[in-house]
Amino acid sequence: MIEIKDLHKSYHMGNNSLHVLKGINFSVKEGELVSIMGSSGSGKSTLLNILGMLDEADEGSYTLGDVPIKNLNEKIAANYRNKFLGFIFQSFNLINYKSALDNVALPLYYQGVKRKERAEKAMHYLEKVGLAEWSHHLPSELSGGQKQRVAIARALASDPKVLLADEPTGALDTKTSYEVMDLIQGINDEGKTILVVTHEHDIAQMTKRIVNLKDGLIIDDSKVEQIRASAHV
Amino acid sequence: MFSRDRWDEILQALTANKFRTFLTAFGVFWGITILVLLLALTNGLRNGVTADFGNFATNSMFMWTQGTTKAYKGLPKGRRFNFKLEDVETLKREIPALRYVSPRHQLGGYNGANNVVRGTKTGAFTIYGDYPEYIKQQPMDIIQGRFLSYSDIDSKRKVCVIGEDVVKAMYDKGEDALGTYVKINGVNFLVIGTFKASNSGDQEEDANTIFMPFTTFGQAFNRGDSVGWMAITAKDGTSVTSVKAKILELMRASHKVHPEDERAIGNFDLSEAFGRVNGLFSILGFVGYFVGALVLMSGIIGISNIMLIVVKERTREIGVRRALGASPWTIKSQVLQESLLLTIISGMVGISFAAFVIFIMNYILDQSGPVDNFANPSVSMSVIFIALFILVVSGLLAGLIPANSATKMKPVDALRME
Repeated sequence: MIEIKDLHKSYHMGNNSLHVLKGINFSVKEGELVSIMGSSGSGKSTLLNILGMLDEADEGSYTLGDVPIKNLNEKIAANYRNKFLGFIFQSFNLINYKSALDNVALPLYYQGVKRKERAEKAMHYLEKVGLAEWSHHLPSELSGGQKQRVAIARALASDPKVLLADEPTGALDTKTSYEVMDLIQGINDEGKTILVVTHEHDIAQMTKRIVNLKDGLIIDDSKVEQIRASAHV
Repeated sequence: MFSRDRWDEILQALTANKFRTFLTAFGVFWGITILVLLLALTNGLRNGVTADFGNFATNSMFMWTQGTTKAYKGLPKGRRFNFKLEDVETLKREIPALRYVSPRHQLGGYNGANNVVRGTKTGAFTIYGDYPEYIKQQPMDIIQGRFLSYSDIDSKRKVCVIGEDVVKAMYDKGEDALGTYVKINGVNFLVIGTFKASNSGDQEEDANTIFMPFTTFGQAFNRGDSVGWMAITAKDGTSVTSVKAKILELMRASHKVHPEDERAIGNFDLSEAFGRVNGLFSILGFVGYFVGALVLMSGIIGISNIMLIVVKERTREIGVRRALGASPWTIKSQVLQESLLLTIISGMVGISFAAFVIFIMNYILDQSGPVDNFANPSVSMSVIFIALFILVVSGLLAGLIPANSATKMKPVDALRME
C-alpha cells in the first residue's frame, strides 16, 4: 500500500540546515495497523506529513497504492489527499462553526458529492463511531473523546486507502484514549490500513507493528502482539 | 459556482462573527450612500440652476445699444444710437448661421408703474413688441386663441397675447378674455390669445407679460423704425458664441462706431453662460464621483482588512480544509465570494438608504415649496449601475489580497498554526 525508498528531508532556517529524515526505507501492506514511535525531533511527524502529502520530501520515492507521489502541485495534492487519505489530528481540528454532521461531510463536499447523498454518508459514519445522536451539535458541545470520534468519522467519510493519525490520543485521558484506540482497532479489523504516530508505549502496543524512529532513521521495525483496547475499557 | 453548498459555506463564515461582519459592511454601506447622495445633490443643484435659465433657446444671445465711448469718423463720444429694423435684415443676410434674429421693444417691467387698464381694473405688466418667431426662442403654452402672426405684423393690428397672471388680475373669475379689449398706455388692444410659461424658468415674471406685434408697438408708442434690443439664436451645430464677434463687428460698422469700442454695444451670451454653468456642474459631478469613490474606497479597504484578519484567524481551518482535499482555488474563490457578497449586499443597502434619503428630501421640498438654486435631487439608473459596477470591482479587489494570502502558506505550516 505504501512504499517509501531512501526518503530525505531537511529544513533550512537561515544558515542552519536541519537534516530531519536521513534515508527512510519503509513499506506498509494493505490492512496493517502501524505505529510510528520516537522521541520528539526524531522525524516521525515529518514522515507522517510527507506520507500525508502535506509536505514534500527532498529526495527518495513514495508510492501510494500504485500511484507514484512526486512533483505534485497543490491542486493535484489536494485531490490525492481527498481521494486516498484520511487525517486524524491530535487537536481534532474540527471546524468549530459546523455541526458534527457537516464536519464529517466536508471531505465529501470537496469530492463534489451531492448534498443529500453526502448527508446520508456522513450520518452513516457518525453512526459507526456511535455519535448519531450528536450529529447536529457543534464541536464545542462535544467532549474530547467525542470530538476525536467525529474526526475519525470525517477521516473515514471519503473511504480513503490509508488513515493517518498524528498522536490521536495526545489530548485525551487514558480511558478516552483506549476508547478511541478501540475504535481505530475496529476500523482496522474491517481492513483499513492505518498509521498512528505516537510516543505512548501503551498506545503503540495496541497496534500490530511498531516502527521506531531515532534521529531521522528507523532503528527498529517489528511486529508486536496486539493488545485489544477493549480489554482495558 | 454559486451552489447552495457554497452559499451555506459563505453564510456560515460571515455569520460566525455577526458584529464584525456588520461593522465591516457598514464601511461600504456608508461609502456608497455618500457617493449616491453627493451625485443626487449635485444633480439637484444643477436642476435648480438650469431652471433659472428657463427654457429659452440656450444657443442665444441678447444685444442692445449703450452709447459710444470713443469718437469715430467725426462723431463725438457719448453719442446714443439705436438699432434699426434694417440691422435685422443685415444680420440675417450676412450671417447665414443665424436661425432667428428677433428685434424687440419693451415697456414697463420690473417695478414699473400701472400701465394697463380694463374697466375699473389696473395693473403693471411688462409689454413686449415681438415678431412671431419669438415663441420659438422662448417656448410658451398658448392656452386660448393664438400667438402673433405675420399678418398682424404686416397690417400693424392692435392685438395682444396676455399671460395667465394678467388674466387673473384684469378679469373676473370665469370671464373669457378672448375678444375683449385692454387699454395699454391709453391705446386699446384686442386680446387674441392667453399663454402660460411652460414649466421651468422665472414663471412669475413670464406670466405677467403682454406680447403685441413689433410693428404695432413701434407705431403706437412712437418708436419709428428703431429697435429696442435683439434676441439672436444661432442654428443648431453653430455656437452663437462663435459668430458673436462678427455680429458685433457688423453692427459697429453700420452704426459708425469705432471698431474697438467694446462698450458701445452691450450683449449677454446665454450660450456661454449656460456652457459655463454646465461646465461647473460637470466638474461638480466629477467631484461627487471622486469624493464618493474615495469614501467608498476606505470602506473597501476596511473589508480587505477584515478579510485579511479573518483569513489569518482561519489559517488553521484553511489548513484542515486543504488536508481534507480543498484545492487552492476552492479556498480562494470562497474568500473572494465572501468579500464580494459582503460588498454587494452592504452596497445595495447603501443605495437603498440613499434612495430613501433622496425621497425624504424631495418630500420636504415638495411640502415647503421651491428653494432657490435647488430642485429635484435625483440620480439616474445609469448612476446606480455605475455604482453597482464599482461595488463588484471593488469587492473583488478587496478579496484578492486576502484570498492569495489564504493559500500562500503550505498546508503543513497552516496546520501547525495556533
